[in-house]
Amino acid sequence: MFIIDYIKDIFKGLKSLLTGMRVTGYYFTHHKEIITEQYPDNRATLKMADRFRGEVVMIHDENNEHACTGCSACELACPNGTIKIINKFELNAEGKKKKAIDTFIYHLELCTMCNLCVVACPTDTIKMEPNFEHSVYDRSKLTKVLNRPGSKIKAGVE
Amino acid sequence: MLSLENITNAVHEWLNATLNPNLALLSEFLIVGVLAIALFAVLGLSLVLMERKVAAFIQIRLGPNRVGPFGMFQTVADTLKLIMKEGLTPDGADKFLFNLAPYIVMIAAMMLLAPIAFAKGFQIWDINIGVLFLTAVSSISVIGILMAGWASNNKYSLLGAMRSGAQIVSYELSAGLSIITIVILTGSLQISDIINAQANGWWIFKGHIPVLISFVIFIIAVTAETNRAPFDLAEAESELTAGFHTEYSGMKFALFFLAEYINIFIACAIGATLFLGGWMPFHIGHWEAFNHIMDFIPSSFWFIGKTFFLIFLMMWFRWTFPRLRIDQLLNLEWKYLLPISLVNLLVVALMAVMGWYF
Repeated sequence: MFIIDYIKDIFKGLKSLLTGMRVTGYYFTHHKEIITEQYPDNRATLKMADRFRGEVVMIHDENNEHACTGCSACELACPNGTIKIINKFELNAEGKKKKAIDTFIYHLELCTMCNLCVVACPTDTIKMEPNFEHSVYDRSKLTKVLNRPGSKIKAGVE
Repeated sequence: MLSLENITNAVHEWLNATLNPNLALLSEFLIVGVLAIALFAVLGLSLVLMERKVAAFIQIRLGPNRVGPFGMFQTVADTLKLIMKEGLTPDGADKFLFNLAPYIVMIAAMMLLAPIAFAKGFQIWDINIGVLFLTAVSSISVIGILMAGWASNNKYSLLGAMRSGAQIVSYELSAGLSIITIVILTGSLQISDIINAQANGWWIFKGHIPVLISFVIFIIAVTAETNRAPFDLAEAESELTAGFHTEYSGMKFALFFLAEYINIFIACAIGATLFLGGWMPFHIGHWEAFNHIMDFIPSSFWFIGKTFFLIFLMMWFRWTFPRLRIDQLLNLEWKYLLPISLVNLLVVALMAVMGWYF
């Protein structure tokens, strides 16, 4: 019947509108649901999400040792040439020449935070940090060296 | 007791005692004009802030909170910014109409203030055709909108203006019919008569379901007439880049913006007057003590409270419902609202004749 469908339509429409208004009314009256971060004010207590990617860093332990073998898997994995690895050869205890990392160059200004380098690293020596305050006055300051001065590879990492 | 009615009467007597009647009338005109402009400024500032806060809370945000406590002076800062901006007129525009349009919209909104009763005995002009005047003048603003859209010489503006025209022409009908239900019940077009008829209960309570239906239709229709979401196809930021006021900037834009909010206030004031009893306090039957306490609250507070309640309702709609397409908009009016309000009008007429209301 046309008339019954017509009236049904009206009530269905009204009901769905009221459902929508109940949701927004709930949010209007429940201010604890507010998700806004008042960033510069809450800087001290700001909690970033676990999987937030801000920049690539190299993990160093307390002896200033890292696990980077200089294999350049990350350099190959990077889609836009963000990482440049310069290797050197140093003599090990047995007097043999051994490849080691000299400089790990990371261009933050080119990085898209795709995480492919972290995935590619066979020794898990680089990771993503949630730091996002990267603004500087000079672009060249965004080109970073990730291995700390005087650091060397951990014993036993091949 | 100090009330708005006593103040206006005292001013009237003092002016007539000190000046001759013509000069007294002239200075009363002046006072009313200044008060109306002051009301517009205050309303513009407070309603924009209220809208932004309500929108923010509904969308789980905080809203403006930097300028002053709770962002209270945000709209003042925005107004200062708009005053300092250049009011650009495009080269290809029809310059006369382009510059005239915002004032037409504003004047239409200003004229609507005349018959509204803000408090007991506080009314600019209590004409005997008050409701008719309101419905007639409220449709003048569409001329301003059409003028703005045409004179801008911009296809988006013209589209927005045309949509606005189609929309207002359609929704005037059901808004008018739902107003007529109250006129039938009261038997008068005069605003003060309509309010006095609600002394023993507001129409929305006295009139049972038919008046409730016409109230809902009225709210829908005035939301459409004021070009607000979900009926904001005339502006439609996402498709028409703000429609008829795309080309406006600076203070001329601010006038359109202000007129939108003034129109909301006036539409809600009309709704509050017709359905919620204007400045009449809330009374329940024979609860003498309760009624006495309610009488103690000043009548202007009742009026402002009811109006802001309706404004909040319209903001709640706006931030809940998605925008309608033009065909859905016209379907809603011609297939649903108009037939329902016609049948409803018949039922209300029967009610009025048989006396089936309190």
